Amino acid sequence: MGTRFTVNGEEREFAGDGEMPLLWYLRDHAGLTGTKFGCGGGFCGACTVLVDGAAQRSCLLPVATLAGKRVTTIEGLGANGLHAVQKAWIEEDVAQCGYCQAGQVLAAVALLERTPDPTPADVDTITNLCRCGTYVRIRRAVARAARELKDAK
Amino acid sequence: MSALAAAVTRRAFLQVSLSASGALVLAPACTRAQDAPAGPPENPLGPLIRIEPDNRIVIGATGAEIGQGVKTSLPMILAEELDADWSQVSVEQMPLAIDFSGEQPRWRWGAQGAGGSTSIPDGWAELRQFGAQGRWLMREAAAAEWGIAAADVGTAAGHALHPDGRRLPYGALAASAAKLTLPREPVPLKAPAEYRIIGRPQPVVDAGDIVTGRARYGIDVREPGAYTAVMLRCPYFDGGIASVDDAAARAVPGVRAVVVVPGPKPGEPIATNLATGVAVVADDTWSALKGRNALKVEWTRGPFAAESSAALDAQAEKLLAGSGQVVHDAGDFDAARRDSAQVVSARYRIPFVSHAPLEAPCAFVHVTADRARVVAALQQPAGASRAVNAVTGIPRAAISVEMTRAGGGFGRRLTNDFVAEAAYVSKATGWPVKLMWTREDDLRHDFFRPFGHHELLATFDGGGRLTGWAHRLASASKYYRRANVKPEEMWTAELYPDDFPANLVPNYRLEWLAVTSGIPRGSWRAPAHTANAFAVQSFLDEVAHATGQDPLALRLALLGPDREFDYAQHGGPKFSTGRLRAVLERVAADIGWGRKLPRGRGIGLAAHFTFGGYAAHAIEVSVSPQGSVAFERVVCAVDVGRPINPLGIAAQMQGGTIDGLSTAMNLEISIDGGRVVQGNFNDYPLAAMAQMPRDVEVRVVESTAEPAGCGEMGIPTAAPALANAIFAATGVRIRNLPMRQQLAEAMAKR
Repeated sequence: MGTRFTVNGEEREFAGDGEMPLLWYLRDHAGLTGTKFGCGGGFCGACTVLVDGAAQRSCLLPVATLAGKRVTTIEGLGANGLHAVQKAWIEEDVAQCGYCQAGQVLAAVALLERTPDPTPADVDTITNLCRCGTYVRIRRAVARAARELKDAK
Repeated sequence: MSALAAAVTRRAFLQVSLSASGALVLAPACTRAQDAPAGPPENPLGPLIRIEPDNRIVIGATGAEIGQGVKTSLPMILAEELDADWSQVSVEQMPLAIDFSGEQPRWRWGAQGAGGSTSIPDGWAELRQFGAQGRWLMREAAAAEWGIAAADVGTAAGHALHPDGRRLPYGALAASAAKLTLPREPVPLKAPAEYRIIGRPQPVVDAGDIVTGRARYGIDVREPGAYTAVMLRCPYFDGGIASVDDAAARAVPGVRAVVVVPGPKPGEPIATNLATGVAVVADDTWSALKGRNALKVEWTRGPFAAESSAALDAQAEKLLAGSGQVVHDAGDFDAARRDSAQVVSARYRIPFVSHAPLEAPCAFVHVTADRARVVAALQQPAGASRAVNAVTGIPRAAISVEMTRAGGGFGRRLTNDFVAEAAYVSKATGWPVKLMWTREDDLRHDFFRPFGHHELLATFDGGGRLTGWAHRLASASKYYRRANVKPEEMWTAELYPDDFPANLVPNYRLEWLAVTSGIPRGSWRAPAHTANAFAVQSFLDEVAHATGQDPLALRLALLGPDREFDYAQHGGPKFSTGRLRAVLERVAADIGWGRKLPRGRGIGLAAHFTFGGYAAHAIEVSVSPQGSVAFERVVCAVDVGRPINPLGIAAQMQGGTIDGLSTAMNLEISIDGGRVVQGNFNDYPLAAMAQMPRDVEVRVVESTAEPAGCGEMGIPTAAPALANAIFAATGVRIRNLPMRQQLAEAMAKR
């Protein structure tokens, strides 16, 4: 009997090695390569996904711990049209190499769920690393997405 | 530019044809020899321009996209001369295309590597001509359709325009244009006043794919039947394997093979992979990693086992106490020193740092009997083909190279050691292999930014005039074990003789001393400029304070009137004092230089010329009594000639600033026992958002000068502007990078 959980709303069961981090399950077994490998130690956040709505570093999450959980990856976020955070990322032209941005977007989505009107200090709690140094535009995009989400309510 | 890039000549003409779907296809001209079936079928010679009947236009992106934005900016140049409607343009990444049929290899559509901020200046002439040829076809086809002279046909936004107001979309002209033959002479280009795409802000073309996870990077390559490999490499520079016990590794479920990969021979050029190691090939990444953990390997320690950061520091100091190779000597510095009334001197230390692209090196390679295919995130695709050829012996004409987006470059992917490893493992197993690096692999097996100790001296006469300047550098040259570099030329990667303040001080000397080290070195974003601008721009500040001058006034006085000097190194042929002065004056004015500031707060300046671009930073910081730095304001100005994409230039300058600050504050690769100490982002702490400025204000100078690139200009001035700001705020001078720990210690001692 494997571990059962959902990925982007789809029922999944994994009967392989339960120690396998969710990151490698997603990339190698579910074919969802939007979630990136950056460091394998939980330091950089390139592998950020939402687990029951909270941002988590999937490189540190063994699949066996996910029983009954709801996993959302970057592919699932945009499934019904672009999320306000994704739109803001495009509008502010955030990406340079773009490799960390799926994780950054999901970290921002989780932040705005918790803190719909974030101060700059709240945005500082996003610890995802960007090697290209897009932080200035990430801040602008988070602020823009917060406005959009507020207006939409 | 690489040797290959220089050797490859260009061919600036397109072949015209009609696709089955009725699209006009413009592809680089080829002789019959390349169309013959001898070429690798996996290397599709894609069109550079495709104009669909419904007026959609597809433009091929020729350069390597590493985050510097060339997948957007290079097609913009082509689209401008084509006079396309940018909103109707989509961009496709082109593979490596070198024509090997002649005596000399030739680029089919221009240089494709990314290094030295050359993509824009290299592509500028050729891509405009390609675009103009497409526009020429549209005008000729419309002229024939309307029965008027081509000279009377105008164009705008993907349409041909009749003088009477009629319009034809380019797509409607595709079929008739496909019957035309392009002239063999270059066709005329647009006047810059008519530009509608160049100079306007354009977002990254892949932005939508990036934020939805669809953008494909090297690590995302999933090919049928491919296995995943990871490698355990010898941690000692030039060490080797004493014994391998792979029984436990082979027993891990999913592990299919274990392959010993030989490293370069000690002392010989590093042309393929970096280190001896053992590769574990498995069904998936997790099995490969588990297999690697189960390997038992005993290493031999090689000739550099005693190397340490402390020993390197001692070596550099000892070297500076003696004399070295005088590599540039204008006037008579010794006389200036002898006759001086005052001498100011200071030493600065630059540590090794790692490139650490967030996407670690990774390559898919499939080697078969007589051909090979590479799909990877690359900075130097031609080098990837060379590396596979070196490992397999397969002729380069039978090696295809496809580029994905790259999760950062910063110089790391200028070498294709990871491609060579994948080629070796694919050849040994006969399987298609994706070879992946972990972060620890990456931080420990890099071509690191060189380490060095800089001594600067300035002499003054009795009237307080600056009479002499000497820059003495003891460093581990980046050209370590590079083929075809003679020992007496190793300095050329470390000191650029025509850099500021050359020609501005009457007696000017550069001296280099070779530090011996076994650590591999290479090009780290804006290579020697990061080290030298830190030393020179920090020292200028020290000189100003030591001689009672205003740091801005001293810089402006040194630059003097607007004039040009020859600049023989990369980024020349000329250096303009006026352009450097303009960016410096701009940031000084915008930040309010000269304002009275509260205690603990200060402003620092720096300006530098990097690879054809002029940049300056003004940084205002507050420093707490504990030594923590808060960025109050960061202003940066850049002149890279005619701006192609101002939005992209601003992005590069913002990112370069943050890269420069993060590296200067936090980062060092240290050596102990002949190995790298750091292993991941916990002990190589790339700055997160909270530590970095909340805004970086970028001023892009309007210019009609020939365009330069912009990927590297944001880095060199960030660190010295910060060090100068910290001094202004606290009186603490940081001469040794990285800064954070020292600043905290210095503040605690006050």
